[in-house]
Amino acid sequence: MINRRPMSGALVRLIEEFNKLPGIGPKTAQRLAYHVIRTPSEDASGLAQAILSVKESIALCRDCFNISEAELCSVCADPGRDRTRLCIVEEPLDVQALEKTNSFDGLYHVLHGVISPMNGVGPDDLKIGPLLERVGANEVQEVILATNPNVEGEATSMYIHGLLQPLGLTVTRPARGLPAGSDLEYADEVTLTRAIQGRQEF
Amino acid sequence: MPRPRIYKTEAIVLRQQSLGEADRIVTLLSPSVGKVRAVARGVRRPKSKLGGHLELLNRVHASIAVGRSLDHVTEAETLDSRLALKDDLESLSAALYMAEAADAFSVEDTPSHETYRLLAMSLAHLEASAAHAPLLRHFELRLLTISGFGPELYRCVYCREDLQPARHTFCHDDSGVVCSRCRHESGGALTVLSVRAMKALRYLDRQPLAHALTLELADRTWAEVGRVLGAQLRHVAERDIRSADFMRRLASASGAAT
Repeated sequence: MINRRPMSGALVRLIEEFNKLPGIGPKTAQRLAYHVIRTPSEDASGLAQAILSVKESIALCRDCFNISEAELCSVCADPGRDRTRLCIVEEPLDVQALEKTNSFDGLYHVLHGVISPMNGVGPDDLKIGPLLERVGANEVQEVILATNPNVEGEATSMYIHGLLQPLGLTVTRPARGLPAGSDLEYADEVTLTRAIQGRQEF
Repeated sequence: MPRPRIYKTEAIVLRQQSLGEADRIVTLLSPSVGKVRAVARGVRRPKSKLGGHLELLNRVHASIAVGRSLDHVTEAETLDSRLALKDDLESLSAALYMAEAADAFSVEDTPSHETYRLLAMSLAHLEASAAHAPLLRHFELRLLTISGFGPELYRCVYCREDLQPARHTFCHDDSGVVCSRCRHESGGALTVLSVRAMKALRYLDRQPLAHALTLELADRTWAEVGRVLGAQLRHVAERDIRSADFMRRLASASGAAT
């Protein structure tokens, strides 16, 4: 709860707005607000303009639902991408993470969430319907289910796999196992089991 | 007795919630401490030593440090990851439903030996058994009983007369069956109860889980028993068990009874 009494109305409002951001608690919101007060007017104005312009110019890509400034995102609009392979991810940030690797040249489909029964998020709350339309209407041959390797990500992948099975497509999952630079002794049994199951010839 | 600064306990991971950049708040069910909400730092990073151990539904051995508002998980080791259960979507949805119900019926700082044992045993059977309906109904009924809300199935909750084999009504406000004579006196949420469903409820009430699993009923009767117990869980918890929707959706797609 934010203590309003010793503060001006504008400052309280700014703190409350910061407090709405993910991962920002009341104390951090106060620190950020006081930082804004101390910054030069042009910097504060730049921040406000950047927030407004991102809301005005950014929308979702018509095909893949990644964030985009045009009707199609840069990946979907690129004629050099392999249109036979489609990688399903949970969030737009996952597209960025995969693009940084330069190891995938296919297209993406962003679900905007994950099936989370305990939180009341079901398949109808995700972009699964448009995905089925997309794979049914285009030249997609392989679907890569790159949801997070946790229980809810697995549940989402299993559910989508069940829907894609009748279409006769190749459905794959990214390999799972030990992260680079980690210690084997600290790995949990699921990670180790998957790593052994997915071993490859040296 | 106050908990020591760092305590060790066996626990089942009931729920996860993202916190900040890479942390999670995990809700654990411990037999000795009850429900615990604790921060697990950095578990969303690929190299986290804790992350894989604190996955949903895992049975773990955890070291927890007492914090100012929330406790912190300092160490965790998987005792059972229930991998076979997590590889089957219908079983997984049933397991999530049981975990959410156990979460709704558990309180913090109160030992939960019986709820813990019930959940651990039910998850183990879920992994091995194809018949979800008897397992889920037994779990629901036992959870209500353990929590002190076990329904009256043998006498009318109004006149206290022994119930005769006939079509009766389940009164959710009074947590029990109302005979046909007293039905007009009962108010609030009511569900009609057939003789078959009543017999099934009594059987589930009296028998241990291993025997309950052998109970064979028509899908229609399982659905009726499920409606009564599901409504009673919601009534007592005063909230929906939200995982039930996804579980029912999968079951109706496969034609199974849940």
